[in-house]
Amino acid sequence: MHIPDGYLGPATYGTMYAVTIPFWAIAAKKLNKSLKAKQAPYLALGAAFSFVIMMFNVPIIGGTTGHATGATLIAILLGPWAAMISVSVALIIQALLFGDGGITALGANCFNMGVIGGLAGYGIYTLIAAGSEVQSKRRWIAAAIAAYFSLSISALITGIEFGIQPIFEKSASGQPLYSPFPLSVAVPAMLGEHMVVFSIVEAVVTALVIKYFQKNNPEMLNS
Amino acid sequence: MNITKKLWLGIGILALLSPLGIIIPKWFGAEGAWGEWGLDEIKKAAGFVPEGMKRIAELWKAPLPDYALPVESKGLAIESFGYVLSATIGIALVVVVMYIIARLLGRKDKAE
Repeated sequence: MHIPDGYLGPATYGTMYAVTIPFWAIAAKKLNKSLKAKQAPYLALGAAFSFVIMMFNVPIIGGTTGHATGATLIAILLGPWAAMISVSVALIIQALLFGDGGITALGANCFNMGVIGGLAGYGIYTLIAAGSEVQSKRRWIAAAIAAYFSLSISALITGIEFGIQPIFEKSASGQPLYSPFPLSVAVPAMLGEHMVVFSIVEAVVTALVIKYFQKNNPEMLNS
Repeated sequence: MNITKKLWLGIGILALLSPLGIIIPKWFGAEGAWGEWGLDEIKKAAGFVPEGMKRIAELWKAPLPDYALPVESKGLAIESFGYVLSATIGIALVVVVMYIIARLLGRKDKAE
């Protein structure tokens, strides 16, 4: 889901930076209020987890690969604002050092995986888990469902960003200037492959870690 | 062992296992991710390279592209080693950046 340089035109990648930067600012403000010094290691752990889990490419047989992001897991444990910042930092290092995801597309990638990933994951989890006991079954099931839909929504938005390029960015003769695939190709491809495989991986990973915390460190799930 | 130590151990294990992220896709004959093709591949997939894409696709030269070592000889062992090394470097950098951010953000209520 790491959009490379060259797939999004300036209008789209500019807009995505303009949309994402305020979320970073709000996240910084929220964390500034709530962050305690002893939480720093958890923030670092969250970002490290997001970085490394994205390296686990999962194949569709004879097809493409994809991966989990950890956004929902971090959002459940540390909140959506911490998730946004952690996933964004992982994505920025991946782009700058390893060329995974473009520099121009960083705003879009951080929005799709970090901002939406964190907010959707947190929102869906809170909705389903509200009022349940920390060690209840409902907690890890809520985590799995939230992770599944969060990554799928991220994929849908990514697909839309790809798919609108041939509409908005074309040469005088009508040739696409950037990503050449229309919405009817990009959206089913991105959403479909995630709903069938990659979002399930995200759901399983998230539920397993939540179950681990329920068993060993339930206080992590108290807030 | 306290919880943060256990979790760091977990991250370390993931870093060591990370080559599975290149080995397993090879077993199943899977290519890269959708929409992350290079210029050669997009030419094959779409029949042409869009003009704007050609201009900015190679804007940035990452020092360790694709989490691989900058060496000519390719083999699964070398690729796996490069991947683990990249995971280690990446995690280290991410951790440093997050501690700096936590430091800056936590500054005001440090006194409490």
